[in-house]
This record gives sequence, C-alpha cells and structure tokens, in this order.
Amino acid sequence: METATMLPEVTAAGVIIKAVLILAVIAAIAGFGTYIERKVLAFMQRRLGPQHVGPFGLLQLAADGIKLFTKEDIIPQHANKIIFAVAPVITAATAFIALAAVPVFPDFTIPLLDIYVPSIASDVNVGILFVLGMMAAGLYGPLLAGMAQANKWGIIGSARTAIQFLSYEVVTGLSILAPIMMVGSLSFVDFNNYQADGTWIVVYQPVAFVLFLIAGYAETNRTPFDLLEHEAEIVSGYVTEYSGMRWGLFFIGEYANMITIGVIASIVFLGGYNDFWIFPGWLMIIAKIAFSFFFMLWVRAAWPHIRPDQLMWLCWKVLMPLAVVNVVITGIVMMIVG
Amino acid sequence: MYEFIAFYIFAIATTILFVITVMSKNVLYSMTSLAAGMVLISGFFFLLGADFLGVVQLIVYVGAVMALYAFAMMFFDATKNVKEKHQNPSLVFLLGGLMALVFVIMFSAPIIGDNIQALNPVADGVGNAQAVGMVLFTKYLVPFEVAAVMLLVAMIAGIILAGKKMDYSLTKCEAVDEEMNVELEKGEE
Repeated sequence: METATMLPEVTAAGVIIKAVLILAVIAAIAGFGTYIERKVLAFMQRRLGPQHVGPFGLLQLAADGIKLFTKEDIIPQHANKIIFAVAPVITAATAFIALAAVPVFPDFTIPLLDIYVPSIASDVNVGILFVLGMMAAGLYGPLLAGMAQANKWGIIGSARTAIQFLSYEVVTGLSILAPIMMVGSLSFVDFNNYQADGTWIVVYQPVAFVLFLIAGYAETNRTPFDLLEHEAEIVSGYVTEYSGMRWGLFFIGEYANMITIGVIASIVFLGGYNDFWIFPGWLMIIAKIAFSFFFMLWVRAAWPHIRPDQLMWLCWKVLMPLAVVNVVITGIVMMIVG
Repeated sequence: MYEFIAFYIFAIATTILFVITVMSKNVLYSMTSLAAGMVLISGFFFLLGADFLGVVQLIVYVGAVMALYAFAMMFFDATKNVKEKHQNPSLVFLLGGLMALVFVIMFSAPIIGDNIQALNPVADGVGNAQAVGMVLFTKYLVPFEVAAVMLLVAMIAGIILAGKKMDYSLTKCEAVDEEMNVELEKGEE
C-alpha cells in the first residue's frame, strides 16, 4: 500500500503517460468487454456464443472491429449534420474524462526514464462529484443523437434519455451521500484510506450500496433500464440511424462508463485498493472491478426490460424515499456514536 | 501563465457559445450551445481553485438544461428552423443593449473604484466543500433556509398543479377511449 508521504512528485510527463494509458487500455477493454458479454450471456442462457472466428471465437473481436471501421458512414438526408456528428464524440469523450479523476491502475515508476506515473491522472479533491457530473454530461450524447437524426424512433429514444436522467440522478446523489457523510471527504483517496483497517463501507451502508448499483445501471443503460435503445419497442432508439465507427463510439463510451461505475463501487463501498489477506492491493481492485463488470452481465441475463413509467415509479417513489431515510438514519447514528 | 491562456480560451468559447444560443434560429443549436456554455463556465471555477462550486455548476446545469431539452422536444421540430415573430426589432435591440450596459457598469464599478474586500476569507486548512458549508451555515444561514423553504413551496405547488386527476387511471377511463375512437375515425376518413 502506498503511503502519502513517500510519493514522488507528479510531473506533467507522468500525467500525459497516464492519460494515454487510460485511453488505450480502457478502449481495448471496452472492445474485449463485448466479447466477454456475449460469452457470459451465452453461458447463462445455455447457448454457445461466438465460436467460429479463432479459438473460442476470440478473434470475433477483430472481425467486429474490421466491420465497424470499413462500414459505410451514413448521415441521413434531413438530419442536423453537425449535431449528428458531435453526439457520439460527447458520449465517448465524457466517459474518458470521468476516468481522469478515478484511480484505475496502481502507480509505478518507469525504470530508465525515472518518470513517476500516478494512480490518478488528476487528483481533484472533489473527485467523486466530478466523476458523477461528467457521467451525467455523457447522457447528452444519446439525447442529441436522437434529436438530430430526423427519425421518430430517435426522438422517442432521446425523450426516454431525458426521463431516465431525471429519474436516476437524484438516487445516485442521495445514495452516495451517506458514505460521504461517514468519510467526511469527496476524495477517492480518503475513501480508500477510511477502509484501510479492513472494514468495508458496504458493511455499514448496505442500503446505499444497493441503491447506488441500481442507479448506476440506469446511468450506464444496462439492461433492466435499457430504455434508450429498447430493440423490441423502438427499433434501436437513439442509435437507429448510426452506423460504423459513429455507432462504435457510443458503445466504447458505454463500456467505459460500466468500468467507471465498477471503480466507484469498488472504492467507495468495497474497500478500494487496500491489501487483503495475502493479496496485494492492485490485484484486489482489478478483481473487484472485474466482479462488478460480471455482475452487470449477470443482471442483464437475469432480468427483463422495464417500461419508462416503471423506471420513474421505481426511482421517485421507492428508491428516493429509501435513500432519504438512509441519509437521515446515518446522520442520527453519527450524531449519537461520534 | 497557463491560467491566463486557459482563461482566455474559456472566455472566448463561452461568449461565442452564448451568442449562438441567442442568435440561432434552430432549437437544437441554441440548446446545445447553451449546455456547452454552462459546462465551460465550470472551467472558470476550476481555474479559480473553487473545485466544489465548479462541480456543482456542472451537475446542476447539466440537469437543468436536460429538462429544457425535454420541453424543446415537445414544442418544436428540432430539425427545422423556428420562425420568430419580431414586432419591433430595434426596440428589443435597444432594451437588450441597455440592460447589458447596466450590468457591465454594475459589476465593473467596484473594480474601477478599487473597492473590493473579502468579507468572509476562506479558513485555512479546510477543503472546498467545508469552506462553502461553513459560510452557508453561519453568515448566510437565513437566506439559505429561506431558499430551501421557497423550493419546498415550489415543489408542493408543482405536485398540486400536476396531480389534479392522479387518483383515477387514464388507461381505465372509458371517456378517453371514446375520444380516441373519434380521433381514429377522423384519421380514417
């Protein structure tokens, strides 16, 4: 485990290397994530999944990549061309900007050049709010995409984006407020250090954890809340008119957001990158993020879609009151005990 | 030095975006530039070291403009230009220009008169969020609470206005079915 006093100075070169690393590794993992998702879903639904291209279908990933890059790029005739082109970039860019403020990999020093690469690209002291705000801004991607493409399904998709955003946003904020009150800081590093004695915050805040996961799945458009591009109802929603790499950018953004939610859940609720028994911290955080990714796929395999009105009912009438009660109880207990 | 460059980039970009917001005839362009401008304003807070306020600006305005989009979606066709009715464009120009001038004079007067002093200096050794909290719950407690009560009143009023007929189900209401049938027959003709 790193100690705060021993850290070398963070240089501009280190931050740039870190940014390139995040971009390269997360974009690659996002691509690989599609393969994992198809295999896991196939296993859970007693199918085989991709298996013809390469061993165990592993090269399916490359085949998909070639398909995406070489597909014809179509912009519909009556679409608003500028906004149509900007929308996918917003989703992908905000997803990676959000990753700038979370600790993703352990810190290390490049041996020969002696450049220290920090664990967080930009350690702002309001990290957790910054990440949530940036991910919220990411929803402008689907919203603008749906409105710019001059397609009825797209408009319905973007209307659903607005509904989804206005529903889950309150729950995310209120659910994460209780752990913030306990730690008394908005920095991810403080959350990690608070749990250094081995007691995870999820032990004190099980309700907040469940609420955060539900809201997080709504935030990343994972399946129970997959309203925006509900294939069975509205063709493909906001991506109806997109093809090729523009479509690909939306999905890189979505998978990057899934990883971000995994990182937040691991650090805020599941003990962060502290050592556990004989396992070093970096292995623990990767294992936790991987499990949280797997859990999202599991949820997708287990639950059907829900309707937009059901999502609003769930968020405003069930989850929000629960989150408020949780915050009040946390406050009272902290006042009595602390 | 970097702050200087960053400030001018943010300032120019924000001004251009808000000019587009006012001038554009297309709903989609003006809404999008409004949202982008609001996000860029948070950059000024980050430059000044007020991280917490910057993030609050980001979160609050992302949500608020998203709600505006929902209304734009209901009232306008986003792919077409809006025909605006200008009864008296020169009067609008005059009033708008005068208001802008008054604001500039109001905000620049203390700078010109060199008369600015911090009434509540930030306490040393506390984070951004704590500093905001300290000021809110000591000096500005009354305005803060009044604002909270006003928001509560607005929320209750909203619920009452929107929830007049919430006790019966529209899907079970037969009058609505008849209305829909009439509309369908009209459409068939």
